[in-house]
Amino acid sequence: MSEHALLDSLYRNESGRILATLIRLLGDFDLAEEAMHDAFSAALMQWPRDGVPENPRSWLVSTGRFKAIDALRRRARFEAMELAAHTDDVPAHDDEIEDDRLRLIFVCCHPALAPEARVALTLREVCGLTTEEIARAFLTTAPTLAQRIVRAKSKIRDAKLPYQVPSQAELPERLGAVLHVVYLVFNEGYFATSGATVTRADLSSEAIRLGRLLHDLLPEPEVIGLLALMLLQESRRAARTSAAGDVILLEHQDRALWNRDQIEEGIALVERALSTRRFGAYTLQGAIAAVHAEAKTAAETDWAQIVALYNALLRIEPSPVVELNRAAAVAMHEGPEAGLRLIDEILARGELGAYHLAHSARADLLRRLGRIAEAREAYEKALALAEQEPTKKFLADRLSKIASSGD
Amino acid sequence: MKYICLGYIDPNKFASWSDEERNSKMDDCFRYDDVLRKNGNFTGGEALQPPDTAATLRWTNGKVAVTDGPFAETKEQLGGIMILEARDLNHAIELISNHPGVTFGPWEIRPAADLSEMIHESEVRRGKVSK
Repeated sequence: MSEHALLDSLYRNESGRILATLIRLLGDFDLAEEAMHDAFSAALMQWPRDGVPENPRSWLVSTGRFKAIDALRRRARFEAMELAAHTDDVPAHDDEIEDDRLRLIFVCCHPALAPEARVALTLREVCGLTTEEIARAFLTTAPTLAQRIVRAKSKIRDAKLPYQVPSQAELPERLGAVLHVVYLVFNEGYFATSGATVTRADLSSEAIRLGRLLHDLLPEPEVIGLLALMLLQESRRAARTSAAGDVILLEHQDRALWNRDQIEEGIALVERALSTRRFGAYTLQGAIAAVHAEAKTAAETDWAQIVALYNALLRIEPSPVVELNRAAAVAMHEGPEAGLRLIDEILARGELGAYHLAHSARADLLRRLGRIAEAREAYEKALALAEQEPTKKFLADRLSKIASSGD
Repeated sequence: MKYICLGYIDPNKFASWSDEERNSKMDDCFRYDDVLRKNGNFTGGEALQPPDTAATLRWTNGKVAVTDGPFAETKEQLGGIMILEARDLNHAIELISNHPGVTFGPWEIRPAADLSEMIHESEVRRGKVSK
């Protein structure tokens, strides 16, 4: 491999690790980013001339650190001396470098940061996406996003958010915040909340990459469960939309298009997470996705098991959205009347009235029961509440179909 | 690093407790304050009298206007402040999370701002010290 090709691959695969360590050593995100780029530039000049160092990663970390000290000296900053005093902190072992990546994830997802800032900062610092890429993915402008990141970095510095992995006692809650960020990124890629396309595959694959990284660094049951859930959802991507970009519901999807590798990996992970007996909501959702994935046809789905898993999920995480999903499963298991009764109960409590999926699920059950006028009314409500183009088109199609079927 | 911790409380909630309940809660608080003092984390703090004892000063139309009460019409009112010495934000969060007063209402933890540079510049401007 030429020096250039080697550097290229180091940049692609190692820059996240190198950056994480530099942030710890330098205590400053911006300085660390600059230092990393300076280190790669230096390597580009020196390696072809002097040969590749024995441990390229350590070389890049210590070079980046010296470049930063130089830069600070030029700016005549006092910190330069303080940093220079700690020359022995440059990690020699790979596991120390991995610890730095985990520290970085926990600081980027700190609950004291605004939720949007956590997502942006994680994608920027851990995944290495550019500000422009993140802005495009979240349909916002680059300056807005850059400002969000700058504010978060200032808060990390000014309020002194420590660069550390939480203690065992704090871990469950802090890990929850990290997993939430990963899942938000995944969902934004999988069910984009607005815009012309249903999915943004790039965000989902970033989330899965993050999930794998976390799984390598900290294989806690819910980390395993979330990775499983994402893989199992992602396995259906190709089957979820038609060539024309229209939505295809689970029961009508061509299951031959499901990604078998992702399903196999996802199911194995779910089983591992369940076997720990310390699993939570992500694992249960993963288990539900696994039951769907195991069914050869929609009709062969083990609905009784799905209802049981939703019952368990409701106990851990009671929410009207989970209740709605359970109602849909009950409708498949016991018939549309039973499901409809549950949805009406949820709506009667005044919850989910503005949630388009509650009305479209209700409409679908009414249609199956032959209550066409009521079904039409429910589809209209759903359509008025939906924000995403393909979903609107799907609901409009349904409406025109029942209109032409006559009543 | 110094963190200023602002503890909020709903005065109605406080009033709704029986004497026995209140005494036991306050004993817990004071006991924990002693632990913080012993460990050098409690570097200052005061409880506040109820919000209806407050005077609010505001610069209006070129002069100071004095009104009663705090201006925020919220259910939760500032009940006390504590100045904590902690390693970093996580340490401050941990110390306050263990404080029995955390069950009374929300706490806001803010790092103290270091104005020494600003004060120095001002002193230079005012000729109190030389550059």
